[in-house]
Amino acid sequence: MKINLKVWRQKNNNTAGKLVDYQLDNVSEDMSFLEMFDVLNDSLTRKGEDPVTFDHDCREGICGMCSMYINGRAHGPQTGATTCQLHMRSFNDGDTIVVEPWRARAFPVIKDLMVDRSAFDRIIQSGGYVSVNTGSARDANEILIPRTVADEAMDAAACIGCGACVAACKNASAMLFVSAKVSQLAILPQGHSEHKERAERMVAQMDAEGFGACSFTGACSVECPKSISLDHIARMNREYLGAKLSSENVQG
Amino acid sequence: MAWVTQTLSSSLGRKVIMSLTGLFLSTFLIVHMAGNLQLFKGDGGRAFNEYTYFMTHNPVIMTVSYLLYTSILVHALMAFVLTRHNQASRPVKYAYSKPEANSDWSSRNMGILGTILLLFIIIHMRTFWYEMHFGSVPMAEYDGKQYKNLYAVVQVAFGEWWYVLLYVVCMGALGYHLAHGFQSGFQSLGVRHKKYTPLIEALGKYFFAIIIPLAFAAMPIYVFLQVHHII
Amino acid sequence: MKLESKIPAGPLAEKWARHKFSLKLVNPANKRKYEIIVVGTGLAGASAAASLAELGYNVKAFCFQDSPRRAHSIAAQGGINAAKNYQNDGDSVFRLFYDTIKGGDYRAREANVHRLAEVSVNIIDQCVAQGVPFAREYGGTLANRSFGGAQVSRTFYARGQTGQQLLLGAYSALSRQVANGKVKLYPRTEMLDLVVEGGKARGIITRNLITGKIESHSAHAVLLCTGGYGNVFYLSTNAMGSNVTAAWRAHKKGALFGNPCFTQIHPTCIPVSGHYQSKLTLMSESLRNDGRVWAPKSKEDAVRIQKGEIKPTDLAEDARDYFLERRYPAFGNLVPRDVASRNAKYVCDEGRGVSKTGLAVYLDFADAIKRDGRKTIEAKYGNLFEMYEKITGENPYELPMMIYPAVHYTMGGLWVDYNLMTTIPGLYALGEANFSDHGANRLGASALMQGLADGYFVIPYTVGDYLATIGPADKIPVDSPAFKEAEQKVHAQVNQLLSIKGERPVDDLHKELGHIMWEYCGMSRTAEGLKLAKQKIQALKKEFWTNVKVLGDSEEMNQALEQAARVADFIELGELMVDDALNREESCGGHFREEHQTPDGEALRDDENFAYVAAWEYQGENQPELLNKEILEFENVKLTQRSYK
Ligand SMILES: Cc1cc2nc3c(=O)[nH]c(=O)nc-3n(C[C@H](O)[C@H](O)[C@H](O)COP(=O)(O)OP(=O)(O)OC[C@H]3O[C@@H](n4cnc5c(N)ncnc54)[C@H](O)[C@@H]3O)c2cc1C
Ligand code: HEM
Ligand code: SF4
Ligand code: FES
Repeated sequence: MKINLKVWRQKNNNTAGKLVDYQLDNVSEDMSFLEMFDVLNDSLTRKGEDPVTFDHDCREGICGMCSMYINGRAHGPQTGATTCQLHMRSFNDGDTIVVEPWRARAFPVIKDLMVDRSAFDRIIQSGGYVSVNTGSARDANEILIPRTVADEAMDAAACIGCGACVAACKNASAMLFVSAKVSQLAILPQGHSEHKERAERMVAQMDAEGFGACSFTGACSVECPKSISLDHIARMNREYLGAKLSSENVQG
Repeated sequence: MAWVTQTLSSSLGRKVIMSLTGLFLSTFLIVHMAGNLQLFKGDGGRAFNEYTYFMTHNPVIMTVSYLLYTSILVHALMAFVLTRHNQASRPVKYAYSKPEANSDWSSRNMGILGTILLLFIIIHMRTFWYEMHFGSVPMAEYDGKQYKNLYAVVQVAFGEWWYVLLYVVCMGALGYHLAHGFQSGFQSLGVRHKKYTPLIEALGKYFFAIIIPLAFAAMPIYVFLQVHHII
Repeated sequence: MKLESKIPAGPLAEKWARHKFSLKLVNPANKRKYEIIVVGTGLAGASAAASLAELGYNVKAFCFQDSPRRAHSIAAQGGINAAKNYQNDGDSVFRLFYDTIKGGDYRAREANVHRLAEVSVNIIDQCVAQGVPFAREYGGTLANRSFGGAQVSRTFYARGQTGQQLLLGAYSALSRQVANGKVKLYPRTEMLDLVVEGGKARGIITRNLITGKIESHSAHAVLLCTGGYGNVFYLSTNAMGSNVTAAWRAHKKGALFGNPCFTQIHPTCIPVSGHYQSKLTLMSESLRNDGRVWAPKSKEDAVRIQKGEIKPTDLAEDARDYFLERRYPAFGNLVPRDVASRNAKYVCDEGRGVSKTGLAVYLDFADAIKRDGRKTIEAKYGNLFEMYEKITGENPYELPMMIYPAVHYTMGGLWVDYNLMTTIPGLYALGEANFSDHGANRLGASALMQGLADGYFVIPYTVGDYLATIGPADKIPVDSPAFKEAEQKVHAQVNQLLSIKGERPVDDLHKELGHIMWEYCGMSRTAEGLKLAKQKIQALKKEFWTNVKVLGDSEEMNQALEQAARVADFIELGELMVDDALNREESCGGHFREEHQTPDGEALRDDENFAYVAAWEYQGENQPELLNKEILEFENVKLTQRSYK
């Protein structure tokens, strides 16, 4: 099939970008979306034009590296899937596809479709862990965790840190990402002892990174490739409020 | 007290303020609506005027009403702060975005809906509250007691078709604001439960987003029709 | 070179405990005087970096992805083994040891494998303590499954995302140390050379992938945790960025490369759909627990299926050949990976393959669905079926899945001694990057175990011994000549790649290398084919260095440039793999030489002549490498022919 592309091209963070038109004539519907970009890049390179820069690695929907805003939606039209899991059979012959990078103050563009998501790492560093040193663990089966609890924790832990929630949110809010981690560790007994500081610190870091607030539009959860539930946002709100009211941290 | 200011200025804290004030306003709407149902009595406004008298003289209600004004101000102010912050979180907009694929219109336009409501509240307060307190309202006498005849003011205002239309449109905005806002308020407080959230959602969707605005919209229409002797 | 494996003396089960006691310790107050570089943040790297930082060392951690959490370990699906025997089904440390040695077709070191089995139990404890949400029973205890044909249920799993959850656990520990200031992270930074001075590893040269800046980092020890090199085949289940560059450049600086030709080809991957294919997706091995593998009995039927004239469901039962069940009645569909893969290849070579390309066989769940009901199958494999449907557009509940083998794991890697130290003092290799404990074939769910064992429980002990020996002063500054010279070389290579300005994009050349490797050094190999491959690779190397087309600048984000450097190394590695495969005149595990097979077509080992690790020594540009042998001694297991009949 024939595909018309409008791709965001931006040399680096200090220069302005723009949408550039490209045409591809021989797109197979079995191609993945990123393979279509490979084909584009191959032809650009042969013509001596700079290929399009985009993040990707595993190409099977788990590393969270790929990140394209396709035809007005984070990771494209398919729900429950990443950009790399999108295939060209989701499009029709002659379609025009607009491809942009994630847009958020906290995710500056590095080049073309590639953005800097290190804000997510800093949020995890602020408290997204259980403080346990290597070697000091007791036998795994001494901590009993009912299956339903383990399942719920796993639902939250499934987040791949792709940032589609931020990209899709009208406020560029990172609530779904942050809450998935806060919630996972709050549900599990292992994470319970630090749950107050964790909620306080991770929310503070989230705000410091310049993400927006939550308007609860639900866009994040719909566009999340792992369909992380809004329940976790509610739990984080609860955790945070509870922590603020009951913790002994008076400094804020 | 650093923790208080810090909490309330965090993105979550701000939403808690929105939620508390918003939900408080929502409960006020019930009371307000119930009282105003007196308009439908067809008794020439007596019940309504007596109700108005009660509302402006009962010390408890008066305290609550100051809380109410504060809530409106805080809610609106916080709405402004949040909306600005949220917009600033995406300095470069998408060239092409299709948010209707993932979220409801009302949830994305709370700011616009709220602004309509704010304008409405200002006009509404100017017409009735200001007149009541500072204007020259004709008097009515029931059982030898003098009452401000706010009902007459209502008749004048709702006798104008454009004023009625304004009301109806604004109640539409209220419906949309609460269709999202009511249940969102609970989410902001972390109240979410498999059993109860569907109830809250239904309450928001049907009672707050449909019944309440309809009842409020019915009042000017009713009075208009009455004033013009259509019914 | 004399290879010292440093295997401790004593009975097998006591070696590690004794060795730990004999290792030198670094005084707690002195630990902060040491600097350790960890390249790679997968299971091996993240666990090592976090554990070393917890001990008090200063750690610098590098990865080429934008976040340490995205290392390729994230993609592992199936699970992680541990000899916990929670299921009371007869598992033990010795049994896990035995299975791993046997599964590896007796080409791994006994002592290492036993240590791996010993610490496997601590790994599970550690991960659970970190909050890894492993699958549980209703009562709250941990669930297990049997994996990859193991006779006991010793595999722990977190849905189909075990690698992700384990990595996120290690990443969280790492993040905690970043917050503590003990680890400095360098994401989007690629190691391009190792600095060796005075016979010791002194640091690394890196390129900042965003700015293109070439930088030097000095340390007391360098840990390479850079993963496997399956992408030498172009198409593999590895992530697109997985590469051999760090290991290869260390190899060129003197670290020996062990068993490069040992590659694992996984039988259940989604087949290639066209020439544009960029990678292959693994479908978890667990599918073979319920799915039946088959191909049409006749070539005619196969051709009709390939042309789309009939559907697989149109074929009557007696027109199907359940070839694994037929050939291996005892193990059936659960034969080890290498056996399953090879048989699928044979069937396709006979022209009985399916799919448009004829390069696929069926994995059919119709019987399982009939037996257990769709619900049960959905509960077990729902997410895998969904993933399959997303990629192929076909519904596996209605039509049988199509699968084909794909390169999945590389058992070969940098040669290390019992302490995980390479032949360069101060340079260690962990995880898939070392030649590892899996011999000639890795068992399912054992790579995750090894990566974490190396990082959490081995390196924290062994690196201390080295550091205590050299002392805190034994480190050189980044402006010393050794660093400057290495930096110069890296600059020169980058500039050279940009200045060739040829005709062919990097991927195009990489694809060609992949074809050669897959054709001649893949599932089955012959002397003749390997010799041809060697010529072709040498020609390709010339072609690469005269005709590659890399646009843009070095001082900016330049993905083609990154990839070009990786492919250049893959080409050289490819040649060494071919040499190694040629040298190994036997069949064992994933290495199948057609000249060496039993009359009924099974791998034929030659323990007399080849029970050794082939450790290759670099001799200079375009020089044949020198073979060193580490003879493997088996004192605790009897070498037998694997049989799955
Ligand atoms: C699809 C798939 C499924 C699998 N399933 C299982 C399973 O179920 N069970 C199991 O036990 N095993 C499984 N494996 C194997 C297992 O996942 C890997 O062997 C293991 O995770 C490797 O871990 P690692 O830490 O050694 O390397 P990796 O996780 O590959 O990490 C390599 C790290 O090195 C970095 N790096 C590499 N080169 C450089 C450089 N030059 N400069 C800077 N950084 C560099 C990368 O950024 C990355 O951080 C699977 C593998 C695949 C491909
Ligand atoms: C009768 C009047 C009003 C009622 C009953 C009301 C009610 C609510 C409720 C319940 C919420 C949900 C709070 C949350 O999500 O936590 C809300 C949100 C909001 N309100 Fe109002 N409101 C009223 C008037 C206003 C006015 C006058 C404004 C603006 C000037 C306004 C602007 C907003 C905005 C912007 C939000 C969304 C905040 C966000 O989630 O980003 N509202 N309102
Ligand atoms: S919550 Fe979902 S959309 Fe957001 S980062 Fe995690 S996986 Fe991506
Ligand atoms: S490339 Fe890994 S999730 Fe898309």
